Amino acid sequence: MALTTQSSERAPYRGRRSRLRRINAGNTALYTVAGLAALLWLVPLAWAVNTSLKPEGETTIVPATWFISEPTLDAYESVLGRGDILRWTLNSLVSTGIVTVITLVLTALAAYGFSRCLFPGRGWLFAFIIGGILIPPQTLIVPQFILMTQLGLVDTYWGIALPQVVAPVFIFILKRFFDGIPRDYVEAARMDGAGHLRILWNVMLPMSRPIMAAIGIFVFIGAWNNFLWPFIVTTDPEMMTLPVGLGTVLGQYGIQYAQVMASAVLGALPLLIVFLLFQRHIVTGVAGAGIKG
Amino acid sequence: MTRTRPPMPASRTGITDVRNRPKTSWAGLWFIAPFLGFYLLFVVWPSVVGLGYSFTDRSLAGGPVSFVGLDNWVESLSDPYMWSALWNTLLFTLLSVPTMVILALALALLTDHARRLGWFLRFSFFAPFVLSVAVMTLIWAWMYNPTLGLFNSVLESLGLSGIEWLHNESTAMISVVIATAWWQVGFNYLLYLAAMQSIPDDVYEAASLDGASAWQKIRRITLPLLSRTTGLITILQLIGSLRVFEQIYLMTEGGPNFATRTIIQYIYDSGFVGLRIGTASAMAYVFMALIIVASIAQFRFFSRKEQ
Repeated sequence: MALTTQSSERAPYRGRRSRLRRINAGNTALYTVAGLAALLWLVPLAWAVNTSLKPEGETTIVPATWFISEPTLDAYESVLGRGDILRWTLNSLVSTGIVTVITLVLTALAAYGFSRCLFPGRGWLFAFIIGGILIPPQTLIVPQFILMTQLGLVDTYWGIALPQVVAPVFIFILKRFFDGIPRDYVEAARMDGAGHLRILWNVMLPMSRPIMAAIGIFVFIGAWNNFLWPFIVTTDPEMMTLPVGLGTVLGQYGIQYAQVMASAVLGALPLLIVFLLFQRHIVTGVAGAGIKG
Repeated sequence: MTRTRPPMPASRTGITDVRNRPKTSWAGLWFIAPFLGFYLLFVVWPSVVGLGYSFTDRSLAGGPVSFVGLDNWVESLSDPYMWSALWNTLLFTLLSVPTMVILALALALLTDHARRLGWFLRFSFFAPFVLSVAVMTLIWAWMYNPTLGLFNSVLESLGLSGIEWLHNESTAMISVVIATAWWQVGFNYLLYLAAMQSIPDDVYEAASLDGASAWQKIRRITLPLLSRTTGLITILQLIGSLRVFEQIYLMTEGGPNFATRTIIQYIYDSGFVGLRIGTASAMAYVFMALIIVASIAQFRFFSRKEQ
């Protein structure tokens, strides 16, 4: 075997030459199993797409079949024609956008404060905030809902978004990352007369782009897919987010399976696109979370 | 907090510290204040108020509120429905945690060895994770449909009889676990994959030179080196599984015959359907205590194991 001079860390996701040369029966079996498993994993998605392309009459044929006599987009037309799914998507975009922006700002500021400023009681305050990770948000739904009623924020974007911006876990992650940034950079900036805000904006954040992107994506996915809180705080179908609308109102359209699956496919599209665009960030983000653990 | 100067940290007075430590600066509080404001308003305040509600007979419908002492707590703790909801939550956790740890490990091992399919495998196994719970449950409820669904069609074409899946007390929970595993395993899978790919190549090459088989390499090298990751994934999955509610609510609404009603759904039902805020709050605290105990126990267990 030729000794490679590559670094000992494996380059992620790149095939290793020494291994690939030894393709044999075992490898064929391995690739077959892996490929079949991956195809099997896609069956639910494929089945949803398949159903959504059927004329409504063919969805109720027993036994179910993948064959479609005349693939049609009728179901999509009906769903989009009703318009509520577009409205829910807009609601999700606005509320998720608010959550993501505010969370990132709050998290970056707080992580900087904990990482770079020394003040009495810092340790206690940090513990007090990080302890919040232990509190399951679901247990707070009742008092939070009453609070929102008192604030008059039921059925508003702020009402959906605000309780979701408190995510202590990201402060923990980002502070650890900030801690790792060499002090020389900060000192150099301070010599030039930069204040804290400038240091955060011009030194720390540019060096933290990948982790900020990862946090941003996770906050976005989490808020986009959040069900319980938006479900509780919206009663008006016009204000529902996509998951809430799909999960509750859709049931009322009954058993038009092609339309239900078309709605599911349309509901899945935005995040599948985000995933395809940011796959690298998401994968490294999860990997980073694992390495810290 | 007092205004007096804190004692200087030892590292600041010693010359051993080559780095410049930041000076005491109250500016830090200004950076933390915005988050702290939201935290106090939306987490700390509701926690305190919720505890207060649990000692009253407050109703979501309004009306006069009076102090009822421990009545809600006594009622909740002696309520068989609360215990059965707690048991369902625990059952889901017991079934889903091993499934989602072992499955993630198996899928990651496959991906780590079948390198040339890398992109395709990562996409397939992780993509379901980004689906919203409503999309996932719509698709799976359709596949589980007893007469028209894909699963029973396949079973019947194999000459087997169909299964009631979500509509039968004995299969509903398992059906939910299967759907959840498909949906959420991708996160654990990526954690495992990242850990596997940080194992240096030379370790495997040395083992190959010693004539180790692929299986021996997995058992003697990969798995032991992954024990930390396994601990982390198990903790995260355990806490995640105990919090289950949404997918079950959307697929079965807690049925049939409450066989899948989780504790969070019972809190929701009591508070928002039954309008009984006091009992809902008391149960929320029982559940919160459970989560905190589980988190701490897990953490201690794994931190001891590592030493």
